[in-house]
Amino acid sequence: MIDWLLEPLDHAFNRRAVLAALLIGCTNGYASAFVVLRKSALKVGSLSHALLPGIALAILVVGLHDWSAFLGSLFAALIIGLGSLAVSRGSRLDQESALAILYTAAFSGGIILLRRLGVAQEMEDWLFGNIMGLRNSDLWTNFWISFVALGVLTALHRPLLMTLFDSDVAATLGVPVRALNYLLMAVLIVVLISSLQAVGCMLAIGLLVAPAATVYLLTDSTHAMFWGGALVGGLTSAIAVLAGWWLNIEQGPAIVLMLGGVFAMAFLLGPKYGLLARMTQSRKTTGKPPVASA
Amino acid sequence: MTASAHDSCAHCGHHHELRVERLTVRYHEVEALSDVSFSTSCGACVALIGPNGAGKSTLLKAVAGLQPIAGGGVLWRGTRVARWSHEIAYLPQRENVDWQFPITVRGVVRMGRFPQAGWWRPFSRHDDEAIDRAIAMMNLQALQDRQISQLSGGQQQRVFIARALAQEAHVLLLDEPFTGLDRNSKSALAETLRVIAEEGRLIIASHHDLDTVRDIYDEVLLLRRKTVAFGRVEEVFTPEKIERTFAEERGAA
Repeated sequence: MIDWLLEPLDHAFNRRAVLAALLIGCTNGYASAFVVLRKSALKVGSLSHALLPGIALAILVVGLHDWSAFLGSLFAALIIGLGSLAVSRGSRLDQESALAILYTAAFSGGIILLRRLGVAQEMEDWLFGNIMGLRNSDLWTNFWISFVALGVLTALHRPLLMTLFDSDVAATLGVPVRALNYLLMAVLIVVLISSLQAVGCMLAIGLLVAPAATVYLLTDSTHAMFWGGALVGGLTSAIAVLAGWWLNIEQGPAIVLMLGGVFAMAFLLGPKYGLLARMTQSRKTTGKPPVASA
Repeated sequence: MTASAHDSCAHCGHHHELRVERLTVRYHEVEALSDVSFSTSCGACVALIGPNGAGKSTLLKAVAGLQPIAGGGVLWRGTRVARWSHEIAYLPQRENVDWQFPITVRGVVRMGRFPQAGWWRPFSRHDDEAIDRAIAMMNLQALQDRQISQLSGGQQQRVFIARALAQEAHVLLLDEPFTGLDRNSKSALAETLRVIAEEGRLIIASHHDLDTVRDIYDEVLLLRRKTVAFGRVEEVFTPEKIERTFAEERGAA
């Protein structure tokens, strides 16, 4: 049994994939606390789709190198993000509507372009991830992205949390809320891009929301949300990669599906805010079974 | 007077003055405030009274430095308030706050120490003492480790005031602090505001319950985009002037 469980680690590409899953899962898990507290899951999710044309353009212009996909997607996210801002300011449309139009258009362009580039077999990798295909250099790229992103987020933890809690009050206490909001968005996009190889741009937002959202249902402590998110993200991703090998399923969807499962357990069984706990609690306080309230 | 008042104006020889001079605020082309002027000083409890859309919240935000100003300005202790000052605390409406945010009472109060502690420095013993004092003054010791949604409306309002005290604010700007509170919480909050005003702090609060103005405040600003009247409650808060503040605009130029 143990042999069977550890068998995948005999292969170098598996070891690399598990390591990458730990790294990417931790970074995304930590950053996911900011996405949940900022209530901007959909916005970040839209931007993750906008990355595709950037990747396609980068491959078209400079070919596929270690950093080209990263820089291309960063550029695309910037254009789409700022573009939606410009459209909403320059017309009567709100930013979310503008974003929806821009990112779907960009996504479509990306798909058409990627198909024409002769790397069509890689299309699925960009959409749903291919963590088994990672090279050592990709691992290093991911390491540096995680290092910088986590460094910035932990260094600015105090003013960032104040901005997220109440930006007006934070501003009256001297926090540069506008600059911090832009910076946070930029770091979140960088983290998002780092997860592309693991889960692809269709699923990336799952990894960048689910870990801290799960912990949010279990605790009232902000610190627990960040480090618990990192723990849940890292461990779940690593185990999902192994499970993918054992059960012969794709690793990217396995990671996001398993995160969904962990979230569902917290939602149902959480000791304080879980559905079961709340049902038994309300039964205790009303003295009636919850169904019999008519 | 308690020892915790050392940071307010009570121990100074003179009262600090807040002057609002010909303040004008525009949203796009619409004037939200036009030429509003008044001046008051520490120790006063000022009510902002006016109909919806009269610019009460805008005025509070402008004084707090949150609102771009189109004309005029705010002078605190003789100097212009350019952007923010730790001496001026802003307390938002309770309904605009995310009460599910994973933060404790103490965590909120601790935010008030940001101007002193800065971006990175760990909170010092002096910070902790200021936080403890603020929590004790607002009678929140037993609740300080609670998540903020597990508080009553009155307690939530006291948490905000405690943060302003930890911040060592001289001026407290409160947006509708009494809204949504039950009777007991209302009278307790009124008492609290009286106490911190008597310590020498300046309280400015938007308020919409006309029946309680006389009990709580000593000065009143009747506002309707412009200053209708400003002064002592007993002089200015008269039926005739209230009528003028709230009267429907009938074909007004």
